[in-house]
Amino acid sequence: MYKYNDFDAKFVARRNAEFRDQVARRIDGRLTEDEFRPLRLMNGLYLQLHAYMLRVAVPYGTLNAAQMRQLAMIADRWDKGYGHFTTRQNIQFNWPKLTDVPDILDSLADVEMHAIQTSGNTIRNVTADHFAGAAADEIEDPRPIAELLRQWSTDHPEFQFLPRKFKIAVTGSPNDRAVTRAHDIGLRMVRNAGGESGFEVIVGGGLGRTPMIGKVLREFLPKRDLLPYVEAIVSVYNLLGRRDNKYKARIKITVHEHGIERIRTLVEDRFAEILGRFSGADQAQLAAIEAAFAPPAYIKAPTEAFEAALERDPVFRAWADTNLSDHRNPDYATLSISLKAHGKTPGDASSDQMRAMADIAEAFAHNELRVSHEQNIILPHVHKSNIPQIHALLREAGLATANIGLISDIIACPGMDYCALATARSIPVAQEIAERFAEMKIEHDVGPLKVKISGCINACGHHHVGHIGILGLDRAGVENYQITLGGDGTQDAAIGARVGPGFPADEIVGAVERLVDAYLRLRTSRDETFIETYRRLGMAPFKAALYPQVRADAA
Amino acid sequence: MMPAASDLKIVTANDLLTGDVVYLAPDGGWSREIAQAEVLAGADLAAARLSAAAAQPGVIVGAYLADVAATARGPAPVHFREEFRAKGPSNYAHGKQVEQNNV
Repeated sequence: MYKYNDFDAKFVARRNAEFRDQVARRIDGRLTEDEFRPLRLMNGLYLQLHAYMLRVAVPYGTLNAAQMRQLAMIADRWDKGYGHFTTRQNIQFNWPKLTDVPDILDSLADVEMHAIQTSGNTIRNVTADHFAGAAADEIEDPRPIAELLRQWSTDHPEFQFLPRKFKIAVTGSPNDRAVTRAHDIGLRMVRNAGGESGFEVIVGGGLGRTPMIGKVLREFLPKRDLLPYVEAIVSVYNLLGRRDNKYKARIKITVHEHGIERIRTLVEDRFAEILGRFSGADQAQLAAIEAAFAPPAYIKAPTEAFEAALERDPVFRAWADTNLSDHRNPDYATLSISLKAHGKTPGDASSDQMRAMADIAEAFAHNELRVSHEQNIILPHVHKSNIPQIHALLREAGLATANIGLISDIIACPGMDYCALATARSIPVAQEIAERFAEMKIEHDVGPLKVKISGCINACGHHHVGHIGILGLDRAGVENYQITLGGDGTQDAAIGARVGPGFPADEIVGAVERLVDAYLRLRTSRDETFIETYRRLGMAPFKAALYPQVRADAA
Repeated sequence: MMPAASDLKIVTANDLLTGDVVYLAPDGGWSREIAQAEVLAGADLAAARLSAAAAQPGVIVGAYLADVAATARGPAPVHFREEFRAKGPSNYAHGKQVEQNNV
């Protein structure tokens, strides 16, 4: 894991001291709210419906046990005993007081964390595959590149006031778990014909009110050219991106309005112009960062206890079926801890749960945890012999829900329970869907199915790339929920299509149930997943299931 | 007959230090309970109170006018967003509803 050097530590300390002074000046009246607002946003502090909200960066989703324990401490001391893990692999505290935030930031700095650039029109936390460094299908660990981009983008003088926020995601695997095609810049590691590793560079993806799948800007970019090339993209966008209309300010609109060919020409020209200024210092820094991401010292031990537990314990087996993934070391697995217990808030963990996960990571998982964009926690490296004991500890902590990738593993934004921008609630819809399918006990039979819920058009809940997407809106003063179908956030990325009129809050769970019933009726076998059935048959049979009354009226 | 939604207003904002939802009271101070808010009938009065509230940047953030209905217990929210602001989130018993339940 990357360790702060003296420069990093001093930079964060100085920034925290600066923000402490800014908070003091806001409170004593020397700064107006208009002056203070952009400053607090640069430091991750929002004002939401009921309270301030502090968004803490978890760079590329990677945490160690000490950091997770510190998050638990902050939750207990300055918040309400829990935190909310987000789709950008960050954590949010929903109830901090303005006067406490400088102390919270200092506590974060004690464990090499911060909240810098988690908001504002800057380059945000760079996200990465949550299985990075562990996945069996990976070319290279993408996190050194993500860390390099973090260091380069933090306080980058040219990019502190971009036309709009800017999000970069990176994956080292052909199976895209980082939603790279829905980011301002998506970087997918590939190999060229000569076997050299580099990146496919995707630009102009995004969700929000104008969802777009990113376009390939460069099919192969050598790894050494990454920083100057990304700088060229952001530099072109910084000049060309619209500042007259907030809703047309993201790079996806710039690419759409100017065309990918024109953007490519401008980026390549700018790249040629600035390449010479990169003296190689970035490559020296990257080499140092790569050394910090060396694989853990894998243990060698028999795995019979794991195999025996699978045979003996059906509860363990069901959990193992959904929550374990292949690791590059066949004696290891990557373990997903579900933060989606049925009926609970997606992505929330109590301080006790955070400490339990930290203890497990330290004792059994090489001291490493990840936050996934699907709002779960990952133990990337666990030796199979330890998994039965980890499962028992997770059960004690209420963290052994066996539902990764299933219908109750729902992404949901905070929605109008917390968010000042929301037009409807998301959390209760997620809770009710999960509870309904838990009661029916069919989610394992239904199999892989991604439900994603956003409480407004900004799409923080990624509803556009949900197999079933749900968008909460305000229709004449009443919460109303639109359904989209066929979205996909993987390497086969697709934007879901809206099926028809929305549903009131008390009908949305029944609507989802009708879609699932239709799928179970229509699938060729248990091996055909929901999204595969949808792609084979199209929307029509699902639409008919969703609106039976319309069909009856027309008959 | 019920008054039209836009007839009755209150001034609401968030407290600078805690972020908590607050309402402008008849004495010019701020209350944490919507029932204690001053009900404003008429656009001129509402605009005057809003601008007085906005002149207290050391106390509150983001003052605006919200529609209310007059009830026996005082002003009550008309829109669901204001209902949530007046009560707290629906997934935990946090925020104002904790104190309200203890009354």
